[in-house]
Amino acid sequence: MEYTVKKQLEKEPNLWIKKALTVAFILAIIIWSLQTIRYNGVKENGVTIAKNVISGILHPDMDMLFDFTEGVPALLLETICIALLGSLFGTILAIPFSFLASSNIVPKWVSMITSFIIAAIRTFPAFVYGLMFIRVTGPGAFAGVLTLSVTSIGMVSKLFIESIEDLDTRILESLDAAGCNTFQKIRYGIIPQLFTNFASTAIYRFEICLKDASTLGLVGAGGIGAPLIFAMNAFNWSEVGAILFGLIVLVLIVEVLSTKIRNKLARG
Amino acid sequence: MFRAIKNIFVPEKIVLSDGKEIKPPMPVTPYIIIGLLVAVYISINITGFSFKTLVDRGSYFFDIIRDMFPPDFGYASKVVSPLIETIKMSILGSIIGSFLAIPFAILSSVNITRSRVVIALVRFVLSITRTLPTLIIALLATYFFGLGTFAGTVAITIFTFGLVVKMLYEKIETVDMGPFEAMEAVGSTRLKAFIGSIMPQIASSYVAICLYSLELNVRYAAILGYVGAGGIGVILNEKIGWRQYDQVGMVLVMLFITVVIIEQVSKYVRERLG
Repeated sequence: MEYTVKKQLEKEPNLWIKKALTVAFILAIIIWSLQTIRYNGVKENGVTIAKNVISGILHPDMDMLFDFTEGVPALLLETICIALLGSLFGTILAIPFSFLASSNIVPKWVSMITSFIIAAIRTFPAFVYGLMFIRVTGPGAFAGVLTLSVTSIGMVSKLFIESIEDLDTRILESLDAAGCNTFQKIRYGIIPQLFTNFASTAIYRFEICLKDASTLGLVGAGGIGAPLIFAMNAFNWSEVGAILFGLIVLVLIVEVLSTKIRNKLARG
Repeated sequence: MFRAIKNIFVPEKIVLSDGKEIKPPMPVTPYIIIGLLVAVYISINITGFSFKTLVDRGSYFFDIIRDMFPPDFGYASKVVSPLIETIKMSILGSIIGSFLAIPFAILSSVNITRSRVVIALVRFVLSITRTLPTLIIALLATYFFGLGTFAGTVAITIFTFGLVVKMLYEKIETVDMGPFEAMEAVGSTRLKAFIGSIMPQIASSYVAICLYSLELNVRYAAILGYVGAGGIGVILNEKIGWRQYDQVGMVLVMLFITVVIIEQVSKYVRERLG
């Protein structure tokens, strides 16, 4: 008995050179990247600021937190609206892109060109889009909606492509054999297979848009971001606390709900 | 007509040939669609969305893009060093963040940690780190550590930490617990059993998660410059401020190339692991 275990253990390939090389490689990368990082120590007033931040978050500005006309709830509502429209339009825009980029639907070269376009769309940071759209719409929530729609394309189509490439084509063949036309094939062969995946991706994207929408305010594209940054730059920590508190609660609620719905969708 | 509409919302009973009555289940889809339409209508009113503006003034969107072409290739040499700084920031942040994530992922997996209180506590703190927008974390970090790459690295570390812990504990919860129980049964401690039986099962997904977070981080690091947290974002923001869009174009082109290279490398490694 003891010998069987021992023999099995001896059969294990000797990998220490490979392991040592991996460790050395990672250490080399760490040392290489440490060179740029300059630690100047905590700023003199850093500790005071940390204390203020924490006390601000613990004692949020109650008047602002519950002011339904101009305070946190109104800003959050605007943020939700931006995220909803952004993820909705983004999802709709992503559908043609993802079909054109799936290698089992279109010829290889078409899918490569489309994937390249999607990658290019993804490269622009959100605030660059924000600046571009402000030229179209002027500052405000509308620009935020457009920005989120365009930035959604990248992630949503990436997930869509995966589910399109997993399509079960045998169903289409049997529908063909049963004499269905193209429209019927799409209606009964493709939509039922993709719908749950697409819906769950859209909900997930809404969740992410909500977090992104809170930073769009930086470039004047609406939402809760602008008041948050103003309050931070003014060191008005109780206001920052109120906004962050509202934002955290909202995102947590949406996260829990979205996980529940997506689990339900996945189980059918 | 009315009956047909009513039938969509409250389906009628179906009488079978043997006289049995069957009540079809209440459909949910029409209610969801109506709810969504109402929500979209409200959102359009609040955000001031209008297709008319979009069609009339849509061409202004391309103003800046037109200015970006052709990119100022002479500027490329000046982009290289901040770009490398960004890559270094993201690599270091990813490594530290994903290393710190391991113990917390173990603490928040239901099948390893027995105490419900610990799980709930760790997960709550994690949700908060994930909820705070990265840009806000970066801004706070610049208040503590001053402007520069260190603040950026801290922000990236925190972001990576939240992401990796969540993805890792989801992986740990799906492992095969058989080997773990077997090792415990022959008398190893829980820690040894974890290292011997669960680590090998999650190692490759762990590396894949880390590489995925590195991909995301390079993108994020590009934005962090907006709050002065170092890297390529600083020059990007500066050039946008000065409206030198041909140089902005060059920065974006180089960023694009870097992101594509990192994505391809990471895809290759992940395929080899999988």
